[in-house]
Amino acid sequence: MMQAEYRAPTSVDEAVGLMAGSGGKGRVLAGGTDLLVQMRAGMQVPGLIVDVKRIAEMTSIVQQDGDWRIGAAVSGAEIHDHAGLRAAWPGVVEAINLIGSKQVQGRASAGGNLCNASPAADSVPALVAAGAVATVQGPNGRRAVPVEQIPAGPGRTSLAPGEIVVSLTLPARPKGSGDAYLRLIPRTEMDIAVVGCGVNLTLSGHNCVAARVALGAVAPTVLLVEAAAKALIGSTLDPASLEAAAAACRAACKPIDDKRGTIVYRTKIAGVLLKRAVAIAAQRAGKH
Amino acid sequence: MSAQRYKWVGTRQNRPDGADKVTGRARFAADFNLPGELVGKVLRSPHAHANIRSIDTTAAARLPGVKAIVTGADFPEQPDQLLPAGEMQVNLRDVTRNIMAKEKALYEGHAVAAVAATTAAVAAEALSLIKVDYEILPHVIDVREAMKDNAPVLHAHMRTEGVKPAPDKPSNIAKRLEFAKGDADAGFAQAEVVIEREFTTEPVHQGYIEPHAALASASEDGQVQLWTTTQGHFQVRGFCCRLLDLETAQLRVTPSEIGGGFGGKTVVYLEPLAIRLSQRAGRPVKMVMSREEVMRASGPTSGGHVKVKLGARKDGSIVAADVTVALQAGAFAGSPVGPSCMCSLACYDIDNIRVVGFDVVSNRPKVAAYRAPGAPISAWAVESVVDMLAQELGIDPIDLRLKNAAKQGTKTHYGASFGVIGLVETLEAAKNSPHYRAPVKPGHARGVAAGFWFNVGADSSAAAQVGEDGTVTIISGNPDIGGSRASLALMAAEELGIDYNKVRPIVADTASIGFNFVTGGSRVTFATGLAVINATRDAISQLKARAAKIWEVDVEGVVWEEGEARPSSTNVGKFEPLSLAKLAASASRTGGPINGHAQLNAQGAGPGFGVHIVDLKVDMDTGIVTIDRYTAVQDVGTAIHPSYVEGQLQGGAVQGIGWALNEEYIYDKQGRLQNPGFLDYRMPVASDLPMIETVLVEVPNPTHPYGVRGVGEVPIIPPMAAIGSAIARATGVRMLDLPMSPPRLSAAIDAATPAMAAE
Amino acid sequence: MSKIHVTTTVNGEPTEFLCNATDTLLDVLRDELRLTGAKEGCGSGDCGACSVIVDDRLTCACLMLGAEAEGRRVLTIEGMAHGDQLHPLQKKFIEMAALQCGVCTPGVLIAAKALLDRNPNPTETEVRFGLAGNLCRCTGYDKIIRAVMDVAADQRETAR
Repeated sequence: MMQAEYRAPTSVDEAVGLMAGSGGKGRVLAGGTDLLVQMRAGMQVPGLIVDVKRIAEMTSIVQQDGDWRIGAAVSGAEIHDHAGLRAAWPGVVEAINLIGSKQVQGRASAGGNLCNASPAADSVPALVAAGAVATVQGPNGRRAVPVEQIPAGPGRTSLAPGEIVVSLTLPARPKGSGDAYLRLIPRTEMDIAVVGCGVNLTLSGHNCVAARVALGAVAPTVLLVEAAAKALIGSTLDPASLEAAAAACRAACKPIDDKRGTIVYRTKIAGVLLKRAVAIAAQRAGKH
Repeated sequence: MSAQRYKWVGTRQNRPDGADKVTGRARFAADFNLPGELVGKVLRSPHAHANIRSIDTTAAARLPGVKAIVTGADFPEQPDQLLPAGEMQVNLRDVTRNIMAKEKALYEGHAVAAVAATTAAVAAEALSLIKVDYEILPHVIDVREAMKDNAPVLHAHMRTEGVKPAPDKPSNIAKRLEFAKGDADAGFAQAEVVIEREFTTEPVHQGYIEPHAALASASEDGQVQLWTTTQGHFQVRGFCCRLLDLETAQLRVTPSEIGGGFGGKTVVYLEPLAIRLSQRAGRPVKMVMSREEVMRASGPTSGGHVKVKLGARKDGSIVAADVTVALQAGAFAGSPVGPSCMCSLACYDIDNIRVVGFDVVSNRPKVAAYRAPGAPISAWAVESVVDMLAQELGIDPIDLRLKNAAKQGTKTHYGASFGVIGLVETLEAAKNSPHYRAPVKPGHARGVAAGFWFNVGADSSAAAQVGEDGTVTIISGNPDIGGSRASLALMAAEELGIDYNKVRPIVADTASIGFNFVTGGSRVTFATGLAVINATRDAISQLKARAAKIWEVDVEGVVWEEGEARPSSTNVGKFEPLSLAKLAASASRTGGPINGHAQLNAQGAGPGFGVHIVDLKVDMDTGIVTIDRYTAVQDVGTAIHPSYVEGQLQGGAVQGIGWALNEEYIYDKQGRLQNPGFLDYRMPVASDLPMIETVLVEVPNPTHPYGVRGVGEVPIIPPMAAIGSAIARATGVRMLDLPMSPPRLSAAIDAATPAMAAE
Repeated sequence: MSKIHVTTTVNGEPTEFLCNATDTLLDVLRDELRLTGAKEGCGSGDCGACSVIVDDRLTCACLMLGAEAEGRRVLTIEGMAHGDQLHPLQKKFIEMAALQCGVCTPGVLIAAKALLDRNPNPTETEVRFGLAGNLCRCTGYDKIIRAVMDVAADQRETAR
């Protein structure tokens, strides 16, 4: 029987080298809250486990020129405790903090949530709405990739063999901006999103001048819904515009019937959450 | 609470197993280990229904580290014979097939082989090397589908019982039963209002947090020791001896601390496999189920289909009832359809009743008991229709129930007549509760429902051993699932007149105390309590005899008061009282050790009634229900340890809330369970709930010295209908199917919205 | 493949163990170190019965590899009492009957300690969400929540 190997490198270069040399058998271990469950279920049989939590760049939160860079392996609990990040991106932080229980928060990371590539990942719609950019490093060096381009389908990413997500950068945004993430779950905790909706918008006076909307759990990957953003931009977030944006969200849905929800329900809820998330984001942006 | 009648009974003492349980010291089944033990694992069917043509274990047996492999052929054939097991009936022919499939796999997760190996990894690899040749058969999951003439048949030999003339064709309907009182048709003719609806429930799992686990050690001379998590180690002994052809004296079963059971740990799964593997390997074998195995292969309770028709006069008197209950039994006959039928209308004094039940097999795991087995399913339907009657007639739902409430002397439709019962007192307490007297908050709605459970007595044995220093060990044989050691010790302390902390209760293994029926049926504090009281009284009579001997008086001249022997009157003589400690210290000089014993079959269990009140709000856009306030009111007889009685009410209510809102088994088209874990089998979490208020009504059971009634099962019966009725009042939509999960409730609200607009 | 040698601290004691790469911390605690207080209720982080505190962060021992414990500090239920003095939460759970079967209790106590260590003055809602990762099927949570709130109140009183 094959026994896996465990390594805990201290630099990104070393981690990338290990992954590249693993012959496709390497798996990155960040928080491990998905990987360990999948290993237990026999869905993942790694030959090499690369624990990235001893790499400083992947476990730190840095602010630079208004941008926030979150190491891909920073745990939800650490993000929660970071007052500056929480004030700057409350929607993103809330979304990351919705991943699992307090126990899971002690381990789970935004980078792991992204690379696990679940369509229902809570942090991803918020990151997509925020316009977050992933820093990816592989055998051929580093590249910057918009977060929405990382998931390729349920459990699949667009990362090339040997590439790892090092950090996620939230770009500076103008004054008058706010973001929010809402998800629907049957209970109040411990569930996977039936639908998730991230909204990030900028107000100038009463007018919405910029917006990004993303939906989770309604398609094989998290969706950036540009038509919904379009319906909001230029409006005063009046009921008609909200309804138009909600309709755009519903139209973008390509959900499935499964143990967590139905097509009809998910489609309806996408519109409901859009309106509720916009209200919170607008309030955070300074709307009275 | 009533005035203090007793020194210890009714007080809230620290439980004797408390320190062990808050420090991690308490040993649950998976915490036991033996030197040289092997790891046992089970190969399970991936198919819902398949013939097993052959099983080839040669490659697995060759794997280094594999020490034994067993299949269905390693367990002898059993007679087609019903035995009582907990609150259910089991058939040995079926039990041996349920623990290990023989000719057929009847549900996904059905055990087909088991391996013992030196490590878990080797055992897992060995399972992957076992080749099972399956012939996949059409399967059926849903109870109504399974009842159809053209449904795939699970058991070719099964003929529906209780039908005349006896059918000559096989059917998935194992049994039809009928109960009647008065003339239902004539009753409906008198009715001014008739309401009829059909309801369904999904199977729900007991959801104990501790998975099944067993450690077996078989010796070469035929003796076997077993450590396991169970509600009844005497039942485990009985089952294993029958299934493995062992003599009961050869098998000693020690129960571990039990991490929840709720009825689900009254049957055997791993135990016979672990013993057989240990016999084959000559080494101890430990087996622990994963959560996924627990969900796929251990008993949930039935899902059901219930049709209810109630007829009433305009003044609210219910004059006729017609109920039909069809319950899933899982892969083998034996759903709790009997109790479901019996409990359905037991809260009401109705002259004309017809209740028909069907026990139906389908390709799901065999059901096991779950807290008041069957009763919640029929109550969900009946109590919902009672609430509809209240709405229709414009009568307060508690008043309507008071008007029709069963009382002492009420003859039930299943034949029994009630003795002293406390339903009226419970309804009145509910009506006068702070919750019911408070106005409903804006945007919220209130629901009410009632529930009934028989409670049971049955066989118990106990001993009271007096130590040299006058402390007392109380020995009984019922696994303590929710604080029963504390309540047994309280009653013993009360009898003995000594400090509660001088009484230590233990749960003995099968070789160390006489037979005890399972911890189930809410029987332990009642029946085993009675055995403990009698054993304690036996010890007291010996203590009095010793005092009489010392004083050289007749034993009639000695009384036992406040923990000491006293002369019954000055006529007897002037003697200093002899304390328990003094008598114990001199025991060897007065006749030897002092030990009390008792064994009995307890009769006269007091029926229990509960009424629950819920306030909730519904998010009309999403169908999400938020429980805002919840009160459980129940006649508990006498609360021996009020905290643990409250705990039973609170825990049962919350299991009912889960049943009502989110818990369900979800199957795919191949009959495979889609949610075999706590992520998608959604039991309530702390943040889903408010505090669960309790009102303990005490109408003592006259057949028990302290008035004990069972309390553990009633609380799971009312929640579903209470919540459904509150939802109906909040939304105008009467839900007929459980669970009332957000997608289902949202769809129902949306479906009703245009209709309501049109009205 | 040889086993991994891990040096760590468990309940304040310097501890060494050997494990396979895929062994979870829960496997190591229960099978190697014989600390069976943490229970496996699900193995997937959904029940919280194996809750432990690692470097002051609450986690499920089933969601962490044993190898990851290298150089960390692990607190399990066995390390919660001080000598023969129960932790106030442990005492209160017994007094207030905040347990029935007791299998979830070690995890609940560890999670409650982690909660109160960070937030000595929690609201009922905060306690409920703080313990939402710990399934209890017996109690309906009522007495657990009350016990935790009571300990918090006692500790505020003492601190005054």
